[in-house]
Amino acid sequence: MMRSRDILGFATRAATAYPMRTGLMMLAMAIGVAAVVLLTALGDGARRYVVREFSALGSSLIIVLPGRTETGGVGAGSFVTNTPRDLTVDDAAALLRAGGVTRVAPLVLGNSEIAYRGKLREVMVIGTTRAFADIRNYRLGQGRFLPEEDWRRGSAVAVIGATLHQELFGAGPALGKMIRVGDRRYRVIGVLAASGSGLGMNADELVIVPVAAAQALFNAASLFRIFAEARDRDAVPAAKTQILDILKARHDGEEDVTLITQDAVLGTFDRILGALTLAVAGIAAISLAVAGILVMNVMLVAITQRTSEIGLLKALGATGGIIRLVFLTEAALLSIAGAFAGLLLGHLGAWGLRLLFPALPAYPPDWAIAAGLGTAIVTGVLFGVMPARHAATLDPVDALSKR
Amino acid sequence: MAQIELDNIQRIFQLGDSEVHALQDIQLRIDAGDYVSVMGPSGSGKSTLLNLLGLLDRPNAGHYRLEGRDVTTLSADEQARVRRERIGFVFQSFHLVPRLTAEENIALPLLLAGIPPHDRKARVAQALDDFGLAKRGDHRPDQLSGGQRQRVAIARATIMQPAMLLADEPTGNLDRATGEEVTSLLETLNGRGVTLIVVTHDPHMGQRAHRQIRMEDGRIDSDSQRPTP
Ligand SMILES: Nc1ncnc2c1ncn2[C@@H]1O[C@H](COP(=O)(O)OP(=O)(O)O)[C@@H](O)[C@H]1O
Ligand SMILES: [Mg+2]
Repeated sequence: MMRSRDILGFATRAATAYPMRTGLMMLAMAIGVAAVVLLTALGDGARRYVVREFSALGSSLIIVLPGRTETGGVGAGSFVTNTPRDLTVDDAAALLRAGGVTRVAPLVLGNSEIAYRGKLREVMVIGTTRAFADIRNYRLGQGRFLPEEDWRRGSAVAVIGATLHQELFGAGPALGKMIRVGDRRYRVIGVLAASGSGLGMNADELVIVPVAAAQALFNAASLFRIFAEARDRDAVPAAKTQILDILKARHDGEEDVTLITQDAVLGTFDRILGALTLAVAGIAAISLAVAGILVMNVMLVAITQRTSEIGLLKALGATGGIIRLVFLTEAALLSIAGAFAGLLLGHLGAWGLRLLFPALPAYPPDWAIAAGLGTAIVTGVLFGVMPARHAATLDPVDALSKR
Repeated sequence: MAQIELDNIQRIFQLGDSEVHALQDIQLRIDAGDYVSVMGPSGSGKSTLLNLLGLLDRPNAGHYRLEGRDVTTLSADEQARVRRERIGFVFQSFHLVPRLTAEENIALPLLLAGIPPHDRKARVAQALDDFGLAKRGDHRPDQLSGGQRQRVAIARATIMQPAMLLADEPTGNLDRATGEEVTSLLETLNGRGVTLIVVTHDPHMGQRAHRQIRMEDGRIDSDSQRPTP
């Protein structure tokens, strides 16, 4: 019986003797595998990005929003609320009574215009209190954060983000300068340290003013959110109950708020993006099936081209089994080479993605690499079986008479 | 006991509605070491006979005993083994694998038989020497002349030291002088004991064989032997 090393050698010689055919087949495989690797890198990168951003929010954070929703996390109904009672600054202050809660910050949010010496731009304004800086872990680049004061007072001071600072003041000093936000004037008392991105709100482009000042600016009595921080992660469930109890009591016994914890949001996003990655991987895998069919056709053409060679091998005493093995090995070799070329291509693409979007950790997950390589090799071999069997059953006399 | 014994061999090809009797009632004995030429008009069944003798084809009826064993009833794999070990083929169109060197072409039967690389190397080197191809070992077929190609093919056919050599018009694609050369090479091998069966169109070549078979319409028309000197 023919030695396996000789079968491998013979198949390798055959594969390399027809570079055009071999190249085409490898390319098809490579594109399929590269698609799996690249798309899952993108999907998983997005998932990791979101998870990381949410983790930055702090794991003991409880966000209170007005209105009741059915589910705890971000689902279809999360943003649909039925005529909620407004959350007020007093509601927020009342939450400080909850034993499991250490910090509370009311939050008003709006868009306005910021101006300094004729420079003007759109800006997102947050009205809150001193505790917000601690809850969100803001670090100050210059000056200080909002003062500890009566939440209803609202002195005319502002803290600005690093980008805003750059745009309005350039290299010049900002502390003590008067800026205009909307139709009001505020004294800059602090500049946030540059932080990069932050999910939804880029802290570098924020103006932060006392909550009462923001309410006056936007002429609103209600809050957008209340941020509460539990003592630690384990205290979150207890703190949630306490918060609900307090607000229920304050809202005539009606439970008309929704509490969002980071875990729930994170879990939902994790699931959604995980499923998305899987779906994308599945779509990419279809291209592998297409590649498999191409492998089959190319092998069939190869067998037609090499019919007289097959006849010769039979005349020299090769059994049908050996012929089958030789052609199957050839298909497998091409698939494996194509799959690894695709892996390289995919990694290169993912690397390019990371260069292009540094914030996105676009690394293909291990399972995707394994699945991509596995599918490629299995389809290559599976689709190689039929042509190989065909070759093995050729009649030697007929085969020999073919040119 | 003769090396080859054919009894009542029939080979019928179905061509659409009609049947072609390529071989009819063939009765033949060939002794080991004999030198037989098969001649006859085109379509008389010479190649069909040779393919049957080489186990590339099966008869529709009749028995073929090779070295005392009935080989018509063997399985395909067992027949492949007999081809590998007992039979060497030489073809009119050489049938060399174009991507392989002369050396690799000659080594093919050894490869198929699972001979270890070390033994292979030695035997191929010996064969290259014997057939005057020592300097051509690493040449591919398209870098060889017709005569050299047929010598490579003969080296390949004999590398397993078969009991018989079957050659179907081995000089058909060669000029006269080269054909002469190849024929004497085959005769030399026959001189060392290999049974040689050659199909040829060339009466002059056919005359050189010890035994001459003439075919006509799938039958053996005449079968004559030169008296041994
Ligand atoms: N595979 C085949 N199918 C149908 N007819 C065939 C086949 N092979 C040979 N024949 C027929 O059998 C006869 C003998 O052919 P062959 O042995 O090749 O003749 P020769 O070699 O003497 O020229 C011819 O009539 C040929 O047409
Ligand atoms: Mg013929």
